[in-house]
Amino acid sequence: MRIDSYIRVICGTESMVNGSKFLLLPLTVFLVMYVAAAIKQGQKWPHYRTILFSCCFLCVAISTMGPLAILSHVDFKIHMICHLLLGMVAPLLLVLAAPMTLLLRTLPVNLARRLSKVLKSFPFQLFTHPVVAAILNIGGLWLLYTTNLYGQMHEYPLLHFIVHFHIFMAGYLYSLSMISMDPMPHQFPFLFRAIVLVCALGGHGILAKYIYAHPPTGVSTIQGEIGGMIMYYGGDGIEIVVIYLLCQKWFGSSRFHNGKKGRRQKALGTV
Amino acid sequence: MTNKEADRRSNFWSGFLFGIGFVAFLDETVFHQLLHWHHFYDKRTTEIGLISDGIFHAFSWFATIAGLFLFSHLRRKKALQILRWIGGVFLGAGLFQLYDGTIQHKLLRIHQIRYVENVLFYDLIWNIVAVVLVVIGLLLTMSKPNRENWRGIANADR
Repeated sequence: MRIDSYIRVICGTESMVNGSKFLLLPLTVFLVMYVAAAIKQGQKWPHYRTILFSCCFLCVAISTMGPLAILSHVDFKIHMICHLLLGMVAPLLLVLAAPMTLLLRTLPVNLARRLSKVLKSFPFQLFTHPVVAAILNIGGLWLLYTTNLYGQMHEYPLLHFIVHFHIFMAGYLYSLSMISMDPMPHQFPFLFRAIVLVCALGGHGILAKYIYAHPPTGVSTIQGEIGGMIMYYGGDGIEIVVIYLLCQKWFGSSRFHNGKKGRRQKALGTV
Repeated sequence: MTNKEADRRSNFWSGFLFGIGFVAFLDETVFHQLLHWHHFYDKRTTEIGLISDGIFHAFSWFATIAGLFLFSHLRRKKALQILRWIGGVFLGAGLFQLYDGTIQHKLLRIHQIRYVENVLFYDLIWNIVAVVLVVIGLLLTMSKPNRENWRGIANADR
Protein backbone atom coordinates (compact mmCIF):
# COMPACT_ATOMS: atom_id res chain seq x y z
CA MET A 1 0.00 0.00 0.00
CA ARG A 2 2.75 2.40 0.97
CA ILE A 3 4.90 1.51 -2.00
CA ASP A 4 1.85 1.84 -4.20
CA SER A 5 1.14 5.38 -3.09
CA TYR A 6 4.83 6.17 -3.27
CA ILE A 7 4.96 5.11 -6.91
CA ARG A 8 1.81 7.06 -7.65
CA VAL A 9 3.33 10.17 -6.11
CA ILE A 10 6.58 9.66 -7.99
CA CYS A 11 4.82 9.15 -11.32
CA GLY A 12 2.49 12.06 -10.70
CA THR A 13 5.33 14.41 -9.88
CA GLU A 14 7.51 13.06 -12.63
CA SER A 15 5.10 14.44 -15.17
CA MET A 16 5.16 17.74 -13.28
CA VAL A 17 8.94 17.85 -13.27
CA ASN A 18 8.98 16.80 -16.92
CA GLY A 19 6.63 19.71 -17.49
CA SER A 20 9.14 22.08 -15.95
CA LYS A 21 11.74 20.93 -18.46
CA PHE A 22 10.43 23.63 -20.80
CA LEU A 23 12.53 25.90 -18.58
CA LEU A 24 15.63 24.37 -20.09
CA LEU A 25 15.10 26.34 -23.31
CA PRO A 26 15.03 29.91 -21.86
CA LEU A 27 17.78 29.00 -19.39
CA THR A 28 20.04 27.75 -22.17
CA VAL A 29 19.30 30.87 -24.20
CA PHE A 30 20.37 33.01 -21.22
CA LEU A 31 23.55 30.99 -20.80
CA VAL A 32 24.46 31.24 -24.49
CA MET A 33 23.77 34.98 -24.48
CA TYR A 34 25.92 35.49 -21.41
CA VAL A 35 28.83 33.49 -22.80
CA ALA A 36 28.58 35.22 -26.18
CA ALA A 37 28.60 38.65 -24.52
CA ALA A 38 31.52 37.63 -22.30
CA ILE A 39 33.51 36.47 -25.33
CA LYS A 40 32.73 39.75 -27.08
CA GLN A 41 34.09 41.65 -24.07
CA GLY A 42 37.21 39.49 -24.21
CA GLN A 43 39.89 40.24 -21.63
CA LYS A 44 37.80 42.98 -20.01
CA TRP A 45 35.34 40.48 -18.61
CA PRO A 46 36.83 38.25 -15.86
CA HIS A 47 36.50 34.51 -16.51
CA TYR A 48 35.37 33.75 -12.98
CA ARG A 49 32.11 35.62 -13.60
CA THR A 50 31.30 33.40 -16.56
CA ILE A 51 32.05 30.36 -14.40
CA LEU A 52 29.80 31.70 -11.62
CA PHE A 53 26.99 32.24 -14.12
CA SER A 54 27.36 28.67 -15.38
CA CYS A 55 27.26 27.37 -11.80
CA CYS A 56 24.05 29.36 -11.26
CA PHE A 57 22.56 27.69 -14.35
CA LEU A 58 23.59 24.31 -12.95
CA CYS A 59 22.00 25.00 -9.54
CA VAL A 60 18.70 26.06 -11.09
CA ALA A 61 18.68 23.02 -13.38
CA ILE A 62 19.49 20.55 -10.59
CA SER A 63 16.83 21.92 -8.28
CA THR A 64 13.97 22.21 -10.80
CA MET A 65 14.47 19.25 -13.13
CA GLY A 66 16.14 15.89 -13.00
CA PRO A 67 16.17 13.16 -10.35
CA LEU A 68 16.71 15.40 -7.34
CA ALA A 69 13.71 17.54 -8.27
CA ILE A 70 11.53 14.41 -8.60
CA LEU A 71 12.67 13.05 -5.24
CA SER A 72 12.08 16.43 -3.59
CA HIS A 73 8.33 15.91 -3.92
CA VAL A 74 8.33 12.89 -1.64
CA ASP A 75 11.42 13.54 0.46
CA PHE A 76 11.39 16.71 2.55
CA LYS A 77 15.17 16.56 3.13
CA ILE A 78 15.81 16.64 -0.61
CA HIS A 79 13.18 19.35 -0.96
CA MET A 80 15.13 21.46 1.53
CA ILE A 81 18.42 20.94 -0.29
CA CYS A 82 16.76 21.97 -3.56
CA HIS A 83 15.24 24.97 -1.80
CA LEU A 84 18.69 26.07 -0.59
CA LEU A 85 20.15 25.61 -4.07
CA LEU A 86 17.35 27.47 -5.85
CA GLY A 87 16.59 30.18 -3.29
CA MET A 88 20.04 30.98 -1.88
CA VAL A 89 23.00 29.54 -3.81
CA ALA A 90 21.76 30.22 -7.36
CA PRO A 91 20.67 33.85 -6.67
CA LEU A 92 23.98 34.58 -4.92
CA LEU A 93 25.93 33.20 -7.89
CA LEU A 94 23.79 35.25 -10.27
CA VAL A 95 24.48 38.44 -8.31
CA LEU A 96 28.22 37.71 -8.36
CA ALA A 97 28.08 37.11 -12.12
CA ALA A 98 26.87 40.73 -12.59
CA PRO A 99 24.65 40.06 -15.65
CA MET A 100 23.31 43.65 -15.79
CA THR A 101 26.80 45.14 -16.04
CA LEU A 102 27.61 42.77 -18.88
CA LEU A 103 24.34 43.62 -20.63
CA LEU A 104 24.90 47.37 -20.30
CA ARG A 105 28.42 47.06 -21.68
CA THR A 106 27.43 44.87 -24.60
CA LEU A 107 24.29 46.66 -25.80
CA PRO A 108 24.53 49.57 -28.25
CA VAL A 109 24.65 52.92 -26.45
CA ASN A 110 21.09 54.05 -27.11
CA LEU A 111 19.63 50.73 -25.97
CA ALA A 112 21.89 50.69 -22.92
CA ARG A 113 20.68 54.16 -22.01
CA ARG A 114 17.09 53.03 -22.26
CA LEU A 115 17.83 50.00 -20.09
CA SER A 116 19.53 52.07 -17.42
CA LYS A 117 16.45 54.31 -17.42
CA VAL A 118 14.34 51.22 -16.71
CA LEU A 119 16.72 50.23 -13.92
CA LYS A 120 16.24 53.65 -12.36
CA SER A 121 12.43 53.43 -12.57
CA PHE A 122 10.23 53.31 -9.50
CA PRO A 123 9.15 49.62 -9.62
CA PHE A 124 12.73 48.43 -9.95
CA GLN A 125 13.83 50.65 -7.08
CA LEU A 126 10.94 49.42 -4.96
CA PHE A 127 11.73 45.74 -5.47
CA THR A 128 15.43 46.18 -4.81
CA HIS A 129 14.81 48.07 -1.57
CA PRO A 130 16.41 45.88 1.15
CA VAL A 131 13.29 45.81 3.33
CA VAL A 132 10.91 44.99 0.45
CA ALA A 133 13.27 42.31 -0.91
CA ALA A 134 13.75 40.75 2.52
CA ILE A 135 9.98 40.65 3.16
CA LEU A 136 9.36 39.11 -0.28
CA ASN A 137 12.04 36.52 0.43
CA ILE A 138 11.42 35.53 4.06
CA GLY A 139 7.70 36.35 4.05
CA GLY A 140 7.23 34.13 1.01
CA LEU A 141 8.93 31.25 2.82
CA TRP A 142 6.73 31.70 5.92
CA LEU A 143 3.67 31.68 3.68
CA LEU A 144 4.86 28.51 1.93
CA TYR A 145 5.69 26.44 5.00
CA THR A 146 3.15 27.57 7.58
CA THR A 147 0.01 27.47 5.41
CA ASN A 148 -1.26 24.60 3.26
CA LEU A 149 0.42 26.18 0.24
CA TYR A 150 3.16 23.57 0.53
CA GLY A 151 0.68 20.71 0.03
CA GLN A 152 -1.23 22.48 -2.74
CA MET A 153 1.98 23.29 -4.59
CA HIS A 154 2.45 19.60 -5.29
CA GLU A 155 -1.00 19.29 -6.84
CA TYR A 156 -1.13 22.20 -9.27
CA PRO A 157 1.73 22.48 -11.80
CA LEU A 158 1.18 26.19 -12.38
CA LEU A 159 1.31 26.94 -8.66
CA HIS A 160 4.42 24.76 -8.45
CA PHE A 161 6.08 26.87 -11.13
CA ILE A 162 5.01 30.19 -9.57
CA VAL A 163 6.32 29.19 -6.13
CA HIS A 164 9.69 28.13 -7.51
CA PHE A 165 9.95 31.25 -9.68
CA HIS A 166 9.14 33.40 -6.64
CA ILE A 167 11.73 31.63 -4.45
CA PHE A 168 14.45 32.26 -7.03
CA MET A 169 13.49 35.85 -7.87
CA ALA A 170 12.98 36.90 -4.25
CA GLY A 171 16.36 35.36 -3.39
CA TYR A 172 17.94 37.28 -6.27
CA LEU A 173 16.38 40.62 -5.31
CA TYR A 174 17.42 40.10 -1.70
CA SER A 175 21.04 39.30 -2.60
CA LEU A 176 21.05 42.19 -5.08
CA SER A 177 19.87 44.65 -2.42
CA MET A 178 22.60 43.44 -0.05
CA ILE A 179 25.71 43.02 -2.20
CA SER A 180 25.10 44.27 -5.70
CA MET A 181 27.97 43.83 -8.13
CA ASP A 182 25.86 45.70 -10.68
CA PRO A 183 25.59 49.49 -10.57
CA MET A 184 22.56 50.34 -8.39
CA PRO A 185 20.75 53.68 -8.70
CA HIS A 186 20.44 53.94 -4.96
CA GLN A 187 22.81 52.23 -2.53
CA PHE A 188 21.61 52.06 1.06
CA PRO A 189 24.01 52.69 3.98
CA PHE A 190 26.01 49.75 5.32
CA LEU A 191 24.38 49.82 8.75
CA PHE A 192 20.87 49.81 7.30
CA ARG A 193 21.62 46.81 5.09
CA ALA A 194 23.33 45.06 8.00
CA ILE A 195 20.24 45.44 10.21
CA VAL A 196 17.93 44.15 7.46
CA LEU A 197 20.29 41.23 6.87
CA VAL A 198 20.32 40.23 10.55
CA CYS A 199 16.51 40.40 10.70
CA ALA A 200 16.15 38.35 7.51
CA LEU A 201 18.65 35.74 8.69
CA GLY A 202 16.88 35.64 12.06
CA GLY A 203 13.53 35.12 10.32
CA HIS A 204 15.04 32.28 8.29
CA GLY A 205 16.44 30.58 11.41
CA ILE A 206 13.18 30.98 13.35
CA LEU A 207 11.24 29.45 10.46
CA ALA A 208 13.72 26.54 10.30
CA LYS A 209 13.14 25.79 14.00
CA TYR A 210 9.40 26.22 13.52
CA ILE A 211 9.47 23.64 10.72
CA TYR A 212 11.47 21.33 13.02
CA ALA A 213 8.66 21.46 15.56
CA HIS A 214 5.67 21.83 13.22
CA PRO A 215 6.40 20.21 9.83
CA PRO A 216 4.08 21.17 6.94
CA THR A 217 1.08 18.91 6.36
CA GLY A 218 2.04 15.64 4.70
CA VAL A 219 5.61 15.70 6.04
CA SER A 220 6.57 13.19 8.73
CA THR A 221 8.06 14.39 12.02
CA ILE A 222 11.51 12.91 11.41
CA GLN A 223 11.69 14.37 7.88
CA GLY A 224 10.54 17.74 9.21
CA GLU A 225 13.26 17.63 11.88
CA ILE A 226 16.07 16.86 9.44
CA GLY A 227 14.67 19.34 6.90
CA GLY A 228 14.54 22.09 9.52
CA MET A 229 18.14 21.45 10.51
CA ILE A 230 19.30 21.47 6.88
CA MET A 231 17.53 24.80 6.41
CA TYR A 232 19.02 26.25 9.61
CA TYR A 233 22.65 25.27 9.12
CA GLY A 234 22.60 25.47 5.32
CA GLY A 235 21.19 28.99 5.49
CA ASP A 236 23.90 30.00 7.97
CA GLY A 237 26.62 28.56 5.77
CA ILE A 238 25.50 30.35 2.62
CA GLU A 239 24.79 33.61 4.41
CA ILE A 240 28.44 33.76 5.58
CA VAL A 241 29.36 34.66 2.01
CA VAL A 242 26.76 37.46 1.89
CA ILE A 243 27.89 38.86 5.28
CA TYR A 244 31.55 38.65 4.24
CA LEU A 245 30.95 40.48 0.95
CA LEU A 246 28.79 43.13 2.62
CA CYS A 247 31.50 43.80 5.24
CA GLN A 248 34.18 43.77 2.59
CA LYS A 249 32.32 46.49 0.67
CA TRP A 250 32.27 48.60 3.81
CA PHE A 251 35.97 47.86 4.40
CA GLY A 252 36.88 48.82 0.84
CA SER A 253 34.82 51.99 0.86
CA SER A 254 36.23 53.18 4.19
CA ARG A 255 39.75 52.68 2.88
CA PHE A 256 38.91 54.77 -0.16
CA HIS A 257 37.45 57.44 2.06
CA ASN A 258 40.49 57.58 4.34
CA GLY A 259 42.86 57.55 1.40
CA LYS A 260 41.11 60.49 -0.24
CA LYS A 261 40.95 62.42 3.01
CA GLY A 262 44.63 61.69 3.68
CA ARG A 263 45.66 62.85 0.25
CA ARG A 264 43.63 66.05 0.56
CA GLN A 265 45.15 66.78 3.96
CA LYS A 266 48.61 66.15 2.57
CA ALA A 267 47.94 68.49 -0.33
CA LEU A 268 46.76 71.20 2.03
CA GLY A 269 49.78 70.62 4.22
CA THR A 270 47.77 69.94 7.33
CA VAL A 271 49.41 66.58 8.09
CA MET B 1 34.25 63.43 20.27
CA THR B 2 37.98 63.56 19.56
CA ASN B 3 39.69 61.19 17.19
CA LYS B 4 41.35 59.34 20.05
CA GLU B 5 38.05 58.85 21.84
CA ALA B 6 36.50 57.53 18.63
CA ASP B 7 39.38 55.04 18.24
CA ARG B 8 38.97 53.84 21.80
CA ARG B 9 35.30 53.25 21.20
CA SER B 10 35.95 51.47 17.93
CA ASN B 11 38.47 49.20 19.63
CA PHE B 12 35.99 48.33 22.35
CA TRP B 13 33.10 47.66 19.95
CA SER B 14 35.21 45.60 17.59
CA GLY B 15 36.25 43.36 20.49
CA PHE B 16 32.73 43.29 21.89
CA LEU B 17 31.19 42.16 18.58
CA PHE B 18 33.85 39.52 18.09
CA GLY B 19 33.40 38.30 21.69
CA ILE B 20 29.65 37.80 21.20
CA GLY B 21 30.23 35.97 17.95
CA PHE B 22 33.05 33.84 19.28
CA VAL B 23 31.21 32.62 22.37
CA ALA B 24 28.08 31.87 20.29
CA PHE B 25 30.25 29.91 17.89
CA LEU B 26 31.83 27.93 20.78
CA ASP B 27 28.37 27.27 22.19
CA GLU B 28 27.20 25.94 18.83
CA THR B 29 30.21 23.71 18.14
CA VAL B 30 31.00 22.43 21.63
CA PHE B 31 27.60 22.11 23.33
CA HIS B 32 25.36 21.45 20.30
CA GLN B 33 27.58 19.51 17.91
CA LEU B 34 30.38 17.84 19.89
CA LEU B 35 28.85 17.10 23.29
CA HIS B 36 25.19 17.01 22.21
CA TRP B 37 24.20 18.52 25.57
CA HIS B 38 22.07 21.31 24.14
CA HIS B 39 19.04 20.45 22.02
CA PHE B 40 18.21 22.05 18.70
CA TYR B 41 14.65 22.50 19.91
CA ASP B 42 13.11 21.90 23.31
CA LYS B 43 9.39 21.11 23.44
CA ARG B 44 8.94 23.62 26.27
CA THR B 45 10.37 26.51 24.27
CA THR B 46 8.18 29.59 24.37
CA GLU B 47 7.46 31.46 21.14
CA ILE B 48 9.32 34.53 22.34
CA GLY B 49 12.24 32.21 23.14
CA LEU B 50 12.31 31.02 19.55
CA ILE B 51 12.37 34.62 18.31
CA SER B 52 15.06 35.67 20.78
CA ASP B 53 17.19 32.67 19.84
CA GLY B 54 16.79 33.29 16.11
CA ILE B 55 17.66 36.98 16.25
CA PHE B 56 20.61 36.46 18.61
CA HIS B 57 21.95 33.61 16.52
CA ALA B 58 21.78 35.73 13.35
CA PHE B 59 23.29 38.73 15.12
CA SER B 60 26.19 36.75 16.58
CA TRP B 61 26.88 35.25 13.15
CA PHE B 62 27.08 38.73 11.67
CA ALA B 63 29.00 40.15 14.64
CA THR B 64 31.88 37.66 14.29
CA ILE B 65 32.62 38.71 10.74
CA ALA B 66 31.89 42.42 11.20
CA GLY B 67 34.02 42.55 14.39
CA LEU B 68 37.00 41.07 12.57
CA PHE B 69 36.62 43.50 9.66
CA LEU B 70 36.56 46.35 12.18
CA PHE B 71 39.72 44.87 13.76
CA SER B 72 41.37 44.86 10.36
CA HIS B 73 40.26 48.44 9.75
CA LEU B 74 41.78 49.58 13.09
CA ARG B 75 45.01 47.77 12.31
CA ARG B 76 45.13 49.47 8.92
CA LYS B 77 44.62 52.85 10.58
CA LYS B 78 47.35 51.92 13.12
CA ALA B 79 44.81 52.70 15.82
CA LEU B 80 44.60 49.26 17.42
CA GLN B 81 44.62 49.21 21.23
CA ILE B 82 45.00 45.54 21.87
CA LEU B 83 44.19 45.51 25.61
CA ARG B 84 41.00 47.46 25.10
CA TRP B 85 40.12 45.13 22.24
CA ILE B 86 40.68 42.02 24.39
CA GLY B 87 38.65 43.64 27.15
CA GLY B 88 35.84 44.10 24.65
CA VAL B 89 36.06 40.41 23.70
CA PHE B 90 35.77 39.31 27.35
CA LEU B 91 32.88 41.67 28.05
CA GLY B 92 30.98 40.65 24.91
CA ALA B 93 31.54 36.96 25.59
CA GLY B 94 30.58 37.26 29.27
CA LEU B 95 27.44 39.30 28.69
CA PHE B 96 26.24 37.00 25.95
CA GLN B 97 26.85 33.91 28.07
CA LEU B 98 25.07 35.53 31.02
CA TYR B 99 22.09 36.39 28.80
CA ASP B 100 22.10 32.87 27.38
CA GLY B 101 22.42 31.25 30.82
CA THR B 102 19.77 33.28 32.63
CA ILE B 103 17.16 34.61 30.20
CA GLN B 104 17.40 32.20 27.26
CA HIS B 105 17.92 28.97 29.22
CA LYS B 106 15.85 29.63 32.34
CA LEU B 107 13.23 32.26 31.52
CA LEU B 108 12.48 31.52 27.85
CA ARG B 109 13.39 27.82 28.15
CA ILE B 110 14.84 27.46 24.66
CA HIS B 111 16.81 24.47 25.96
CA GLN B 112 18.68 23.38 29.09
CA ILE B 113 22.46 23.11 29.36
CA ARG B 114 22.28 19.36 29.81
CA TYR B 115 19.36 16.99 30.21
CA VAL B 116 20.27 15.53 33.63
CA GLU B 117 18.69 15.63 37.10
CA ASN B 118 20.82 18.25 38.84
CA VAL B 119 20.88 20.85 36.09
CA LEU B 120 21.21 23.57 38.75
CA PHE B 121 24.87 22.62 39.13
CA TYR B 122 25.48 23.20 35.43
CA ASP B 123 23.52 26.47 35.52
CA LEU B 124 25.62 27.76 38.43
CA ILE B 125 28.93 26.99 36.75
CA TRP B 126 27.70 28.43 33.46
CA ASN B 127 26.66 31.74 35.00
CA ILE B 128 29.65 32.03 37.35
CA VAL B 129 31.97 31.63 34.36
CA ALA B 130 29.94 34.32 32.60
CA VAL B 131 30.30 36.73 35.55
CA VAL B 132 34.05 36.06 35.74
CA LEU B 133 34.37 36.87 32.02
CA VAL B 134 32.42 40.11 32.52
CA VAL B 135 34.66 41.14 35.46
CA ILE B 136 37.85 40.43 33.50
CA GLY B 137 36.40 42.41 30.58
CA LEU B 138 35.55 45.37 32.80
CA LEU B 139 39.02 45.38 34.42
CA LEU B 140 40.73 45.28 31.04
CA THR B 141 38.62 48.03 29.46
CA MET B 142 38.85 50.28 32.52
CA SER B 143 42.61 49.87 32.87
CA LYS B 144 44.81 52.88 32.11
CA PRO B 145 45.74 52.82 28.44
CA ASN B 146 49.50 53.24 28.97
CA ARG B 147 51.05 50.25 27.27
CA GLU B 148 48.24 49.74 24.84
CA ASN B 149 50.13 49.92 21.56
CA TRP B 150 52.32 46.91 21.18
CA ARG B 151 54.09 48.29 18.20
CA GLY B 152 55.19 45.75 15.67
CA ILE B 153 52.85 43.13 17.13
CA ALA B 154 49.57 44.90 17.29
CA ASN B 155 49.80 47.37 14.43
CA ALA B 156 51.04 46.75 10.95
CA ASP B 157 54.29 48.67 10.67
CA ARG B 158 54.73 49.70 7.12
